[in-house]
Amino acid sequence: MRDLSIRVHGARERLLRSVSLAVAAGEVHGLVGESGAGKSMIGKAILGILPRAVEVVAGQILLDGTDLLTLPPTERRRRIGASCALIPQDPLTALNPSRRIAPQITDRLVDILGWDRAKADARALALLGEVQIADPARVLRAYPHELSGGMRQRILIASAFAAEPKLIVADEPTTALDVTVQKQILRLIAGLQARQRTALLFVTHDLGVVSKVCQRLSVLYAGHVVEDTDVRRFFASPRHAYSRALLAATPKYTDPESSLIPVPDAVIEAVRAEVASADRSWHG
Amino acid sequence: MADRIGDGRGQVRRRAGARLWLSAVWLGLLVLGALLAPWIAPKDPLAQDLFLGRLPPFWLAGAEPGYWLGTDSLGRDVASRILHGARVALTVALVAGSVTCVIGATLGLLAGVLRGWVDLVISRLIDIWMAFPPILFSILLIAVLGPGLWSIIIAIVVIDWTRFARVIRAEAMAQGAMDYVASAEVAGRGLASTMWAEILPNVLPTIVVLLTLEMGIAVIVEAILSFVNLSISTDDPTWGGMIAEGRTSIHQAWWVLVFPLFTLFLTVLAFSQLGEGLKDHYDPVLR
Amino acid sequence: MPFLRVLLVRVLTTAVTLAGVAVIVFVVIRVVPGNPIAMMLPPGATAADIARLTAMYGLDKSIPEQFAIWLAGVFRGDFGVSISARQPVLDLVLGRLPATLELSVLALVMAVGLGGFAALTGTRARGTRTEAAIDVANGMALSVPDFLWGLALILVFGVLWPVFHISGRVTPSLDLPFVSEFYLVESLLRLRLDLTADLLAHMFLPALALAIPLAAIIGQLLKQSLKETMHLDYVTLARTKGYSEAAVIRREALPNAILPTLTLVGVQFTFLIGGTVIIERLFSYEGLGNMAIDAVVNRDLPLIQGIVILFAAIFTAVNLTVDLCYAALNPRLRHG
Repeated sequence: MRDLSIRVHGARERLLRSVSLAVAAGEVHGLVGESGAGKSMIGKAILGILPRAVEVVAGQILLDGTDLLTLPPTERRRRIGASCALIPQDPLTALNPSRRIAPQITDRLVDILGWDRAKADARALALLGEVQIADPARVLRAYPHELSGGMRQRILIASAFAAEPKLIVADEPTTALDVTVQKQILRLIAGLQARQRTALLFVTHDLGVVSKVCQRLSVLYAGHVVEDTDVRRFFASPRHAYSRALLAATPKYTDPESSLIPVPDAVIEAVRAEVASADRSWHG
Repeated sequence: MADRIGDGRGQVRRRAGARLWLSAVWLGLLVLGALLAPWIAPKDPLAQDLFLGRLPPFWLAGAEPGYWLGTDSLGRDVASRILHGARVALTVALVAGSVTCVIGATLGLLAGVLRGWVDLVISRLIDIWMAFPPILFSILLIAVLGPGLWSIIIAIVVIDWTRFARVIRAEAMAQGAMDYVASAEVAGRGLASTMWAEILPNVLPTIVVLLTLEMGIAVIVEAILSFVNLSISTDDPTWGGMIAEGRTSIHQAWWVLVFPLFTLFLTVLAFSQLGEGLKDHYDPVLR
Repeated sequence: MPFLRVLLVRVLTTAVTLAGVAVIVFVVIRVVPGNPIAMMLPPGATAADIARLTAMYGLDKSIPEQFAIWLAGVFRGDFGVSISARQPVLDLVLGRLPATLELSVLALVMAVGLGGFAALTGTRARGTRTEAAIDVANGMALSVPDFLWGLALILVFGVLWPVFHISGRVTPSLDLPFVSEFYLVESLLRLRLDLTADLLAHMFLPALALAIPLAAIIGQLLKQSLKETMHLDYVTLARTKGYSEAAVIRREALPNAILPTLTLVGVQFTFLIGGTVIIERLFSYEGLGNMAIDAVVNRDLPLIQGIVILFAAIFTAVNLTVDLCYAALNPRLRHG
């Protein structure tokens, strides 16, 4: 993504302010920020599922060198479907309740990529094994409401990795799950990603998760990239004041007595000023 | 959803206002016309003159001045008959609509609030009632009661009370489950007073909307009954009767069918749009 | 197992409802002023003649007795004899039933087609002026009852532009080789498409008049349902997989949106069938409804009874079917 700016139709303020982001093959890139900072919007912009009222005002989205935004809609849709995937946030609403599990994994393979049914079914079966679902054959024939949240999330993960996409956007995939399940899910995602060498954009507000899974990360505030760096360097000594405040605000299990430290007002002021000056220097 | 916040609300409110006023205007004109009919109607609606039969409306060749919308096969002035027909239509609408509303809403409230065997009996009654084909039932009732204005009103009430009862019962049950009723009970109010003072005001908007709908239906039922010649007993003109006559002479004198049909159309549309407009007006979400 | 119990309860309620209908009609029509026997006989009939016929039709007994006799007859399959037509009621009613069924089903098909089209087009074009136009048209169609549409259609197609027939079921001069009363179905099975065309030309307008209000309801409800479904996560997910807007609506949203529409459509379909009474009269279509009006005017008590019971039976059958379909289509109910 290069200098991407989006805003709501007719609004003056931009939702994303000249966001630049790069994810290499095999890299897990974290995207952190407060709620409303625009993390989901980035994922949606890449996958072409921005809400109707939101328009792209400037910038490019480059997939393997081609700018997706300049492609005709049909071609764009096809390419995104073939090479990108989404791991959604809420497993309870992301599966079609009136269809069985199997077609919801194989549909992309058969309809968009042209695989034949048998091959696609075999792949679905194998994938369910990889996400450690016992009795995959029964699960494939089941309906979503018969399965638990954790199981559904695994299915969604399997479905995302099914076509060996080049890029996967994981939109807060562990937020809706119990803490006990989160670890397993993270391990599954990391495992599959490593094996397939997928580029993974991991959207989250949980810095702990970022430290475990990601190699690089970007910090977002009000649609503006505040810092974009290597994960180890970030946790060791973050450059930006806002990042430092974020780290400090994370509750530490090792020191439960220390109270939750909110981001100090001074830091917020500073970031806001940064955003405002970016707005002023942008003409579009 | 972002694309609903922008234009959506403004548009819907604008439409609701227009609907309300347009239908209110038409209905107001109609009421006025009906009330003043004996004075403002150009001709005597019952006066027959075979020499003036089948005259076309004023903008066509062969028309007679004074007979604005033409005459039917017996030489009666269409415009005057429409005006007088409005008296029947509106009387039925008002009286039948209101009585149906009161009876249906009361039964619905009782069923929804009292529950228990009262609800059981009333619900079973509603089910049985709804198994009857309405038009057929009304024709049957008229045959039993004999023609006449009161027969029509009774027939409409007897057939359509279920419309109110069903909806009001559901609403009363929903309201009854709400917190403010429980708190009223805790405060020691009797059930009847709760029903009257607490639940009724909240159910009132629905009742009003259904009432306008019912009036439109009453007009239609009367028209259908007079179409099959089972309406009022006198020679007073009715829109349905005019339509029946017009149907037979449709090729020679289309205006005898068109004008009462058009008036009926507009009136029914006005009642239902009035209901829709009121519904939007009362809907707290859209405020 | 619970499915069976639900079914049993439904059957029982249906029986109670039908019984209730029978009782009400029975009582109501016997309060009818006007002696049907007297209407049948030529003037100058003697009191003895009247008494004889009255006894023959069992009209001299008390009402509960008459009901008991009638009920006993029903279980034997004997619905009495029509006073005006001197034929068994069952034969008369079953003779006219196919015509009304064909008309109702044709109207239903048209309503689903029109309403579905309106809903899908409105959903694809959401937010545009096309959608607003569809909404307005829908609103109008909703407010106006079938009777008025029928009259309007007669005007347009009877006077202005006579393409379709506005009277009757089939051109009288035609020779009909049918064995049953299901003219339309038989003409298709026998591949007599010329007759099919003629039948459709007669049925089109009355069916359309019946269909328009139902189409409006389907259109509005389905569109609303689709609109809500389109916001759901699994629809968005389908888009990321590469499916076009049309495919997404068709594959993901539609199956889930249909269910809530189904029950209301079932109820409205019964209203549609009830509307055949006046529409058939309007278009002089030889069906059950038309016969019903004549029966009432002629005070033909057994015939009225039979027709009303039949209508009630059809209504309850439709309601039952809708409930069964709903249970069958909803995977949650099936397994849960």
